[in-house]
Amino acid sequence: MAAHLSYGRVNLNVLREAVRRELREFLDKCAGSKAIVWDEYLTGPFGLIAQYSLLKEHEVEKMFTLKGSRLPAADVKNIIFFVRPRLELMDIIAENVLSEDKRGPARDFHILFVPRRSLLCEQRLKDLGVLGSFIHREEYSLDLIPFDGDLLSMESEGAFKECYLEDQTSLYHAAKGLMTLQALYGTIPQIFGKGECARQVANMMIRMKREFTGSQNSIFPVFDNLLLLDRNVDLLTPLATQLTYEGLIDEIYGIQNSYVKLPPEKFVPKKQGDGGKDLPTEAKKLQLNSAEELYAEIRDKNFNAVGSVLSKKAKVISAAFEERHNAKTVGEIKQFVSQLPHMQAARGSLANHTSIAELIKDVTTSEDFFDKLTVEQEFMSGIDTDKVNSYIEDCIAQKHPLIKVLRLVCLQSVCNSGLKQKVLDYYKREILQTYGYEHILTLYNLEKAGLLKPQTGGRNNYPTIRKTLRLWMDDVNEQNPTDISYVYSGYAPLSVRLAQLLSRPGWRSIEEVLRMLPGPHFEERQPLPTGLQKKRQPGENRVTLIFFLGGVTFAEIAALRFLSQLEDGGTEYVIATTKLMNGASWIESLMEKPF
Amino acid sequence: MDCYTANWNPLGDSAFYRKYELYSMDWDLKEELRDCLVAAAPYGGPIALLRNPWRKEKAASVRPVLEIYSASGLPLASLLWKSGPVVSLGWSAEEELLCVQEDGGVLVYGLHGDFRRHFSMGNEVLQNRVLDARIFHTEFGSGVAILTGAHRFTLSANVSDLKLRRMPEVPGLQGAPSCWTALCQDRVAHILLAVGPDLYLLDQSACSAVTPSGLAPGVSSFLQMAVSFTYRHLALFTDTGYIWMGTASLKEKLCEFNCNIRAPPKQMVWCSRPRSKERAVVVAWERRLMVVGDAPESIQYKQLTIQVLLDRLVLRRLYPLAIQICEYLRLPEVQGVSRILAHWACYKVQQKDVSDEDVARAINQKLGDTPGVSYSDIAARAYGCGRTELAIKLLEYEPRSGEQVPLLLKMKRSKLALSKAIESGDTDLVFTVLLHLKNELNRGDFFMTLRNQPMALSLYRQFCKHQELETLKDLYNQDDNHQELGSFHIRASYAAEERIEGRVAALQTAADAFYKAKNEFAAKATEDQMRLLRLQRRLEDELGGRFLDLSLHDTVTTLILGGHNKRAEQLARDFRIPDKRLWWLKLTALADLEDWEELEKFSKSKKSPIGYLPFVEICMKQHNKYEAKKYASRVGPEQKVKALLLVGDVAQAADVAIEHRNEAELSLVLSHCTGATDGATADKIQRARAQAQKK
Repeated sequence: MAAHLSYGRVNLNVLREAVRRELREFLDKCAGSKAIVWDEYLTGPFGLIAQYSLLKEHEVEKMFTLKGSRLPAADVKNIIFFVRPRLELMDIIAENVLSEDKRGPARDFHILFVPRRSLLCEQRLKDLGVLGSFIHREEYSLDLIPFDGDLLSMESEGAFKECYLEDQTSLYHAAKGLMTLQALYGTIPQIFGKGECARQVANMMIRMKREFTGSQNSIFPVFDNLLLLDRNVDLLTPLATQLTYEGLIDEIYGIQNSYVKLPPEKFVPKKQGDGGKDLPTEAKKLQLNSAEELYAEIRDKNFNAVGSVLSKKAKVISAAFEERHNAKTVGEIKQFVSQLPHMQAARGSLANHTSIAELIKDVTTSEDFFDKLTVEQEFMSGIDTDKVNSYIEDCIAQKHPLIKVLRLVCLQSVCNSGLKQKVLDYYKREILQTYGYEHILTLYNLEKAGLLKPQTGGRNNYPTIRKTLRLWMDDVNEQNPTDISYVYSGYAPLSVRLAQLLSRPGWRSIEEVLRMLPGPHFEERQPLPTGLQKKRQPGENRVTLIFFLGGVTFAEIAALRFLSQLEDGGTEYVIATTKLMNGASWIESLMEKPF
Repeated sequence: MDCYTANWNPLGDSAFYRKYELYSMDWDLKEELRDCLVAAAPYGGPIALLRNPWRKEKAASVRPVLEIYSASGLPLASLLWKSGPVVSLGWSAEEELLCVQEDGGVLVYGLHGDFRRHFSMGNEVLQNRVLDARIFHTEFGSGVAILTGAHRFTLSANVSDLKLRRMPEVPGLQGAPSCWTALCQDRVAHILLAVGPDLYLLDQSACSAVTPSGLAPGVSSFLQMAVSFTYRHLALFTDTGYIWMGTASLKEKLCEFNCNIRAPPKQMVWCSRPRSKERAVVVAWERRLMVVGDAPESIQYKQLTIQVLLDRLVLRRLYPLAIQICEYLRLPEVQGVSRILAHWACYKVQQKDVSDEDVARAINQKLGDTPGVSYSDIAARAYGCGRTELAIKLLEYEPRSGEQVPLLLKMKRSKLALSKAIESGDTDLVFTVLLHLKNELNRGDFFMTLRNQPMALSLYRQFCKHQELETLKDLYNQDDNHQELGSFHIRASYAAEERIEGRVAALQTAADAFYKAKNEFAAKATEDQMRLLRLQRRLEDELGGRFLDLSLHDTVTTLILGGHNKRAEQLARDFRIPDKRLWWLKLTALADLEDWEELEKFSKSKKSPIGYLPFVEICMKQHNKYEAKKYASRVGPEQKVKALLLVGDVAQAADVAIEHRNEAELSLVLSHCTGATDGATADKIQRARAQAQKK
């Protein structure tokens, strides 16, 4: 069921099993039949940890969504609230408990806080007079959720906004998550970091380690080092349109907790005599992860290289089916039949991805997509970043989606180390007049986050950064890439370049550029007892855990996977993040709608 | 050699017993045991005695004495009982003495007679008084079960994590049950009680009648019941002198016996020796003792683990011995030496004659940063003894902020707690301290404290944003944060005010704040917004329809769609909408209206600042090729090919591309040569290409 988590260099199934165990233990504490009342946001992430069958094995008979007034009727002994520690949710829980029918059979209430129990919330429950109603109040430290064999995410919706505009709760959770990882996979001997948040997380980790001095971790370290990266060190990358297969699926349809919902028309099985009358109206939902062989092969390719793989696959599969004519003896037929399920699955998978690729192609071949990409690439290669761009102007005039416009304006600002005041004000005025004055709050949020800003001191550092880090590559090979820049057809993601340079030749070579990027860069060592020190075999790759604080895109993940599989790369990456995101979801998280 | 068997007496047919004195008790009892409440701790633990003056009709005026002895009768403690009448005594698994009072209060003492704490069994118990009480042991810890004067049961399965459970009513129960006991099955505590000939099992949600398997007939009342130490077995004594022994579930009978004594026994208990296969109950009357037993399969108790043994030594303050045992057994530090040192430290802080500095230093010297030692636990003990300063000193050695903070708050050192919480990075902890501070300090001081702690301040702002908007405003005011104040009033203009005047006023406040923040752009934009709002209001009054909260762009569009071109023009001028955007806007609106005549007029009003390709595109979007063609001819040379292709004039597009000698344009046209009639055009392009290459 979750075998794909154990294929990687680090077996992430160990983590999944650990959190599943913790969940079972909690459920067993509440003896008897149960109903779970869900904070709706949690159901997606929980789906990656435990299916309904696990819950059912532990006597969960009903599931409800948390909402006000009275709980639905359920003949169960226990009512368990699974919630994030948020005050507004406490108010709803209290309402549920207080409107419980006193004449009905008495039911036991419990709360499971995810990922952390909160004194503040318990105080609120106390103020509302219901704290005593709960028999078990516990926390479920579900910080990092395994998404794939090399990918972990906290899926905390507002992590970037929280870190850079609000408070730092998610950094604390990140540090806690890293402590859990170290408890399972050994102490990570070296920590590198860049950015203010990275520094804070490292500090918290070191502090937490001191708190646990008693329990000596005797696990042989799996990770050689940890790289903590602030998202605001590289604000550029997520703003650009991702051009890998998975990246484009996310850009166009949005991947949520590894699932994507697609327009159903393309997925209707073609039957004869059926004039396509009953078109399904419900979206086609597909799970996307490396458990699917074909997807694992194409997800990280540049979209332009996907078509040839799909057609090659199609030939192989139909050839395999043709084999049935050659099967003559009983033994041969038996052999053929035994392979049939696998072949049918492969054919289904191929059909699905052919349909998805067609859907994406409709978008990528449109004129507007081409125009937008051209502008993005001009900005990233440093062309005309200092004046009002006529494509953006036209987009505003035609009232294209605001998120698209903001994304482009921010990209221009980032690629120019801020816009000239006159240019910035012009864009802002155009946006306010076209989309409404209420967006002044959103614009201010973007400014606070550094995505949109006036150029100060009149100095544009981006060209230096671009040249030193080789962020723009003219000779990109989309089919057989030789460099990470293939994921954006020319632009090499800054974040991944930093990771690559850290591994070889080291950051000392780019001190000057590092100082131009925001926040401190640092290195910390966590001493290991002599028995646990690793002697690397010659040719053995190092394993680096790279943690993106504030979100990561699928294109960056693809670039890191590309580095991992390079033969002379020397480093394999496991990726962790606060949230899997793309430019659109990122900008959206920073938008504020007052009505 | 008859001496080996001389003192053995036969018991039934196959067993023998003997009686001998293990040791004599060292105590010097002043009271008759029969007049006392007595509780002996398991595993040879201490014995507590409390002379019970409340049992007699007339309460004696003298206060009784609570005495604690070791199992061999050595006096450990003696104290005058100053609290209320006690109904029952019992020892917890941690060797704490629980004294259940008639009012449902439970007082907890250590084995040296030191008062530990006090808790109540709830209001219902307080009102109806305690009729009877039992202390019982479960795998979670020790529990208390109460029978109240209203004949209802209340219990807590674990007194160190007190959760009171009121058991359901027993139908038809008028008086007290003839006997009852607490049971522990499937990790849940139950009550088994006897009323006349019936037995009832009470769990949290129901009361069910139960019948022991194979019970002899003729029982009209149960006089005694006894549950075994492991809660696996149960013995019942009936008014017919019959004894039933079986599993606690009552589903299996182990043996039965009729002793023919109908008097209620004074006591009935299970007994068995470790490793013994024999299980038996001992029944005692005033002058008679009876052992009833069987010999089934083996049972072994290993409850007295090494941990428990160490705890016992520690409780008796035999620290060096305990440490030697740990070292001998090579126990991990956390389970062994550190724990004992921590206990020692807790004892040390109670030595009131030693100064705070000396105690803190002595403790730190011995403990250092021994893993697993909780300095906060020791500090809590120090605070419990009234030594706040010592507690603070000890807390300095505590590495875990999560542990430091609650105690600091309890000791009213909130500001210190705040900086410790901030150090930890745990925002929830910071919040907790903040809410404490908020209640403790006056508003001014509270704000001042926040001002010096930026992280706490930003957290508190976040809290206020969702919970206390007015406070948020005050915070921004205090910091002269005019930019944020501006945003605050912008939000307020949407949230609170329905009337246009109110909204405009809120926006005016916002604009003023933006001016103060020297954010001229935001101030002007907000003034524009006010102007637009007022205007939209007027439009609604004069023209009807909905205008409020439309963007400027949409307002102008709506006006054009409604045929109010003059007003649209005026608005565009007033707000200085750039020409290019206005053209796009008008173009889109007129095409939406399919007002082709007006569109053409508009296109000719002056030279289009956006060119004429958009005209072609928009007409084609509305499937009007006829109109589109009109504009295609006016498209400038750079976009001409594109325009011609859009209206489907491939041949002319080819001519233009050839004329331009533009390779990109040529291939674009070529890619459009798909129709049957385009063959000639394609050839033409190929020829032009070939010619270009020759040159």
